Amino acid sequence: MAQWPLLSILIWLPIVGAILVLALGRDARVARWLSLITTLATLIASLPLYLNYDAVAGGMQFIESHAWINALKANYALGVDGIAVALIVLTTFTSVLVIIGSWGPIQKRVSQYMAAMLVLEGMLIGIFCATDALLFYVFFEAMLIPMFIIIGIWGGPRRVYATLKFFIYTFLGSIFMLIALIYLHMKTGEFSLAAFATAPLGTTEQAWIFFAFLAGFAIKVPMWPVHTWLPDAHVEAPTGGSVILAAIMLKVGGYGFIRFSLPITPDASQEYAWVVIAMSLVAVVYIGYVALVQDDMKKLIAYSSVAHMAFVTLGIFISLALVRNYANADAARLGIQGAMVQMISHGFVSGAMFSCIGVLYDRLHSRMIKDYGGVLNVMPWFGGLFIFFSMANCGLPGTSGFVGEFMVILASFQSNPWIALVAAFTLIIGAAYTLWLVKRVIFGEVTNPKVAKFEDLNAREWIVLGSFAAAVLALGIYPKPLTDLMDSSVLQIVNALMLSKA
Amino acid sequence: MMIPFNPADLIAIQPELVLLGATCAILLIDLFIKPSQRDITHWLSIATLALTSYLVWRGAPELSSGVTAFNGMFLHDGISVVLKQFILLTSGLSLFYARNYMRERSLLVGELYLLVLFATLGMMLLVSAGSLITVYLGLELLALSSYALVAMNRDSASSAEAAIKYFVLGALASGLLLYGMSMIYGATGSLDLAAITGKFGQVEHPGWLAFGLVFLVCGIAFKMGAAPFHMWLPDVYHGAPTAVTVFIGSAPKIAAFGLAYRLLEGGLGPLSGQWTLMLAILAVASLAVGNVLAIAQSNLKRMLAYSTISHVGFMLLGFVGGTPAGYSAAMFYIISYTMTATVAFGMIALLARKGFECEEIDDFKGLNQRSPWYAAIMGIAMFSLAGVPPLFGFFAKLLVLKAAIDAGFLWLAIVAIVFAIIGIYYYLRVVKVMYFDAAAEETALPLPSDVALRWVISINGLALIVLGLAWGPLFDWCNRAFGV
Repeated sequence: MAQWPLLSILIWLPIVGAILVLALGRDARVARWLSLITTLATLIASLPLYLNYDAVAGGMQFIESHAWINALKANYALGVDGIAVALIVLTTFTSVLVIIGSWGPIQKRVSQYMAAMLVLEGMLIGIFCATDALLFYVFFEAMLIPMFIIIGIWGGPRRVYATLKFFIYTFLGSIFMLIALIYLHMKTGEFSLAAFATAPLGTTEQAWIFFAFLAGFAIKVPMWPVHTWLPDAHVEAPTGGSVILAAIMLKVGGYGFIRFSLPITPDASQEYAWVVIAMSLVAVVYIGYVALVQDDMKKLIAYSSVAHMAFVTLGIFISLALVRNYANADAARLGIQGAMVQMISHGFVSGAMFSCIGVLYDRLHSRMIKDYGGVLNVMPWFGGLFIFFSMANCGLPGTSGFVGEFMVILASFQSNPWIALVAAFTLIIGAAYTLWLVKRVIFGEVTNPKVAKFEDLNAREWIVLGSFAAAVLALGIYPKPLTDLMDSSVLQIVNALMLSKA
Repeated sequence: MMIPFNPADLIAIQPELVLLGATCAILLIDLFIKPSQRDITHWLSIATLALTSYLVWRGAPELSSGVTAFNGMFLHDGISVVLKQFILLTSGLSLFYARNYMRERSLLVGELYLLVLFATLGMMLLVSAGSLITVYLGLELLALSSYALVAMNRDSASSAEAAIKYFVLGALASGLLLYGMSMIYGATGSLDLAAITGKFGQVEHPGWLAFGLVFLVCGIAFKMGAAPFHMWLPDVYHGAPTAVTVFIGSAPKIAAFGLAYRLLEGGLGPLSGQWTLMLAILAVASLAVGNVLAIAQSNLKRMLAYSTISHVGFMLLGFVGGTPAGYSAAMFYIISYTMTATVAFGMIALLARKGFECEEIDDFKGLNQRSPWYAAIMGIAMFSLAGVPPLFGFFAKLLVLKAAIDAGFLWLAIVAIVFAIIGIYYYLRVVKVMYFDAAAEETALPLPSDVALRWVISINGLALIVLGLAWGPLFDWCNRAFGV
């Protein structure tokens, strides 16, 4: 497959599909089928990426590079390492399920919705492939446009507020990153990430660049205290939008930390790791409590996303402390590895949770917990799956949720047992808010007469939730293929961390 | 004194001569045709612009060197070639966007075309100017034509008001410029820009030069519409017929860039240490005033007028370094801005109908339901103005920010992006009304019968994406013009 520009195909296939959908999709059925075919084709095209990636060698593979802007030495440069491959497959997999999941619920301007989703998929894949900072930034920002439209047109009652907040908030963060990138370009004369990573930078420069990156990525993750756009965006977004947002867009922030902050500003990252770790721990505990008191299901899961993503940032930045202070490279690998597993797992679990809420919402058109109760009595299959995903959400061993959290806590313990103790708090509080949600929605007596008329899952919903369940279970029981895939890439990142640039 | 005349000079000025001759011919032809045959004037004018563009292209010298003609009065170099091409292009675009609008209001008279062509001639002279006289000549030809264009709709009070404001403030700006020029002439004893630069060392009263410089900068800021000399701009954009706003909002901005470049770098380059700081202050003021006041507007034309002020501020970021790379970035910026502004103003003209101006932001409500294609084109223009990749406007912003940072004005770049974030809001508001709000009426939009208009605006809109993905050649072209 080496002769095929596989990464370009992955990026542009959905975008070409989107144009076709817009052009031919006057009939909603055509639009739906065409988008499904496109996403399936993209998923199939992403399999050779996984199969042919040489995980033992690690490093950037499937490299493509064409001159883009000669004057700035910006290239259309693509390449993936194990981390990116995992995220790309997550993207292509989730996109198929999102299209299937939107089959029924989206009835208004179907072709535009499907096209926006496809463009978004292309942009997200582009983010994970880009090895040129300018190209990365273009994808990074461009993906806001389809998401802005998705929330704004097909969202809930307060969609306009939510989508404007989403757009401006995320734009605010990333534009500071742009300044940092221009500064780095001034230093190195090119935009390639590899050149940025090897450029010598003083401590002050690194600190400024680090905080510029932090502004961009922390808002995307989102970390406490810049997370407030997320609950609004999630609540108002249509189900498909929520799934993409939670499952993939949040990962862009974590990916950015690994791809930008760690290699480009290793010394500043180490110096200020405590800031990120502190923010993560606050998110784990405080946001957990906030999730507990929500009466809107989507908001609850949104806050739980913030808390879970805090594990990702914790895992990434704890590894710095481990490398520099304790020279414990193994534990550092564990931390980053755990962060990555947590990202993939959270992609599946949060995607599944939002899909579940979508299933309920389609039946009752309410997201309020108090409107439900006793769903298990009328929808036994759905109830079972919901409970399963909830268990994964609180990190039950045997599900994917456990693996990542466990690895991160284990790594933290080797740095500082107190950090591990606070982080482990999530196991309790996560269980509290998730199980309480299950108790109120799934169990109990049917009190709402409308709930009594619910029908169990239809075939499409089965496909979506069943696929997510299979992924969650597979990753939980046997995460080795995933960790093997990323192992050498993580090792390379950790090795690079040991070198000071100042 | 005997002024030597070199016939070869005519070759250098050939495009301008052809444009002048053709304009006079069109003036005569238009006298003899019936109003129903005005399309002849329309297509002749377009053809004239196209022919001039071809001649500029064919006569283009080696881009970095260039030739001078008429004893240095007229410069024919790479910079003027690039600027002229885009002046001609945007003038042509605005003629396409104007026809339907003016016809529906019974304003489609031959004067529209003549004034646009004369204004274009003025701009071409201006960007080729090698002496203070030619600068002023080109500028006044542009300005007088523009005043008349704004007053085109004689029966409209707001049009007349806008024209008077434009005229009075424009005359004031011209006065400032002239006064500054006279100081510089007094100090150096020369009108030739190159000679002025050459005599810097031996100036007897350097204070006069600095004094003149201040007046020049004020005059330039007036003409560009940079804050705090921006007062005329919103009223003129708002009051002028939309079809005229398309024109005065686009091509003259390119000419204003040429004006600033010729006078500041061409004539007063050695004083750049002083004027870069003045321009930096103007840039901050424009960014602040433009972006903040645009938020409060409910009229789209006014909003775009304030956004123009902010874009001028952004463009000035390219000037603060006083380096060729910076000018190249500024030129790229102004080209990107005008290409986008023509779409935005053109769309207002396209959607307007007889008795319905479509200039309030709320008039765009639910456009996506009524005409998804034009909503998408307008959306592209808005995102491009906001500077969201992968559209043209983003890369222009990238380049001027880079120019400012390279010049050591990091603080200015940060100020600029802070205001850019504020600016995002009002562009998104237009997208919001088009996409998220329900249309007042559900029926499909009645589209103008002018097929050329629909095609041209679509191509213009799609160009913003294409130039966003492949802006390298255009940037290389700008760089070559400045010898970067």
